[in-house]
Amino acid sequence: MTTNPEKPKLAMYWAASCGGCEISVLNLGDRILVIDEIFDIVFFPAIADFKYDDLRSYPDGYIDLCLFNGAIRNSENEELAHLLRQKSKVMVAYGSCAYEGCIPALANLTSRDFLLNTVYVNQPTNDNPNRIMPQPRYPMEEGVLELPAFYENVHSLDQIVDVDYYLPGCPPESHQVWAVMQVVIQALTKGSPLPPKGAIIGAGEVAVCEECPLEKHEKTITRFYRPYEITPEPDVCLLEQGLICMGPATRNGCGALCPQVGMGCRGCYGPLPGVVDQGAKMISAIASVIDAGEPGMEEEDIELAIKAVIDTIPDPAGTFYRFSMAHSLLFRAKTDQTST
Amino acid sequence: MNNQFEPVILGFLCNWCSYRAADLAGTARIHYAPNMRPIRVMCSGRVDPQFVLKALREGADGVLIAGCHPGECHYVNGNIKTIRRYLLLRKMLKQWGIEEERVQLVWASASEGKQLAEAVDRMTEMLRALGPLRWNETVLGQPGINGDMAPAETLAEEASA
Ligand code: SF4
Ligand code: SF4
Ligand code: FES
Repeated sequence: MTTNPEKPKLAMYWAASCGGCEISVLNLGDRILVIDEIFDIVFFPAIADFKYDDLRSYPDGYIDLCLFNGAIRNSENEELAHLLRQKSKVMVAYGSCAYEGCIPALANLTSRDFLLNTVYVNQPTNDNPNRIMPQPRYPMEEGVLELPAFYENVHSLDQIVDVDYYLPGCPPESHQVWAVMQVVIQALTKGSPLPPKGAIIGAGEVAVCEECPLEKHEKTITRFYRPYEITPEPDVCLLEQGLICMGPATRNGCGALCPQVGMGCRGCYGPLPGVVDQGAKMISAIASVIDAGEPGMEEEDIELAIKAVIDTIPDPAGTFYRFSMAHSLLFRAKTDQTST
Repeated sequence: MNNQFEPVILGFLCNWCSYRAADLAGTARIHYAPNMRPIRVMCSGRVDPQFVLKALREGADGVLIAGCHPGECHYVNGNIKTIRRYLLLRKMLKQWGIEEERVQLVWASASEGKQLAEAVDRMTEMLRALGPLRWNETVLGQPGINGDMAPAETLAEEASA
C-alpha cells in the first residue's frame, strides 16, 4: 500500500469482536468516501490487506486515529492493543466490546476451563476422548506452532491500555459515528479542539427511556415474559407490558431503536452518566415495576408475591450485564475452577 | 485469643428504625457479635444495589440491610422498594457465585434492639460457616483491597497457568 504523507492516518482493528463494528463504519455509506479522502488508511484488516509487520514498522504515534473494537480475551488481542496504543496518537475504544466487554465478557460468568471443555469436549458432535485442547505452543518436526493464549478473564480495552475516548454501541449507530468523525476531522484539519480525554463520545447524556416515544404509565406487573411469549402493544412502554427493557439503565444515543420495534433495549450503549454498574442500576429499575401485592399483606406474603414475579426472570446476570460485564463492580463470577 | 474467622459485615441501617434499634441494643448493653460496621441511611430504600456490590468487592464478607417493617416506612413504601431490589439482587448474586446468606435483609423497629442484635449474631455465625469472601484476593487475584484490575503482564501468566 502506498501512503500519502500529507494525510492523517487512520487505523481500525478488531480484537475479540464479531465484526459488526467494522460494518457500522462501512454503514456510513457514501460518507465513507469522505473518510477515504481525508484519511490515509494504514491498518484495517477488515477491508485492506495490512500485516502486523506493517504496523510494527510505523514510527510511534504515526497513526492519528485508531478505532479499536473488540474486547481483550487472548494474548493476540492484548499484544495488538499495546502495539496500536504505541503507534497511535488518539485511541478510541470503539463499540461496546472495547468499551466495556460486551458479549465476549459474559465469559466472566464462567471459567476458561468450562469454556474450553464445552467447545472441545462436551459437545454431542465432539469426539475427543483424550481431551486434546489447543496449546499456545506445539513443537513439531517442522518447527513450533503458536496460537494466542486464551485468558481466564475478558477485559475491556481500558483495563489493558490507556484509552482516549469511548464510543458506545453494539454496534455504534452510523449517525453517531459520523458526528464523531466530523469532530475528529475538524480537529485534524482546522485545529479545533477535541473533547476532553476520557469522554464518552457519540452518545447522549440521559436514559434511552427519555428518547423512547412509547407511552409510559405508573404500573406494576405480576410477571415478565420472554420476547417470544407475547406480541407487545405497539405504543406502550415494554417494561409495563412485562418485557425486560434496559432503557431506564442505559445511556441514550441510538434513538431508542429497539423498543420502537417491540424489542426491549438490550443495554448496548452502556450505563448512564455517573453510574458505575449498569446491572445494579437495572435491578433498581426492574424492582420498581414489580408488583408487591396488596397493602396490608403479611410480610411473608409480600415476599412470596415478589418472588413469584422474580422467578419469571431466568437470567438476571446475563440480562443486566449483557454488555457491561468487564466494567461491572465485581468484574467476574466466583467459579468452581474444577468444573468440567 | 482464638483465631476463629471474624467476618466483616457492612450494615446499612435505616435512620428511623434499625439504627435506633442498634442504639438501643447498645444502651441496653445487649451482648452481640461486634462484626457489623453500621452505616446510617435515611431509609432502607436508599440502599442502591451498587452499594452492596461495592462492599462485597472491597472486602466485606457480607452485607446486612435493615429497615422498618412493611407498612411502617417513614417514606411510605421505601422498604417495599428495598425488598423488591433485594430479592432480585440475591437471585442475581447466586449467578456470581455469591452465597445467599452473604446479603441479608431484616426488619427491625426502633424498639427491636434485641431482634437486630440477634440478626447480627445469626449472620455472623452463617458467615463464619461460609468463610471469608475476600473478592479482590480470591476472585480477582489481587492483593489487598480496592486494587485496580490485574495489570496486563499478569494476564499471559494467568492464561498459561
Ligand atoms: S422502559 Fe423501554 S420501552 Fe419503556 S420507555 Fe424505557 S426504553 Fe421505552
Ligand atoms: S435501544 Fe438499547 S440495545 Fe437497542 S440500540 Fe439502543 S441502546 Fe442498544
Ligand atoms: S424509613 Fe425505615 S425503611 Fe424507609
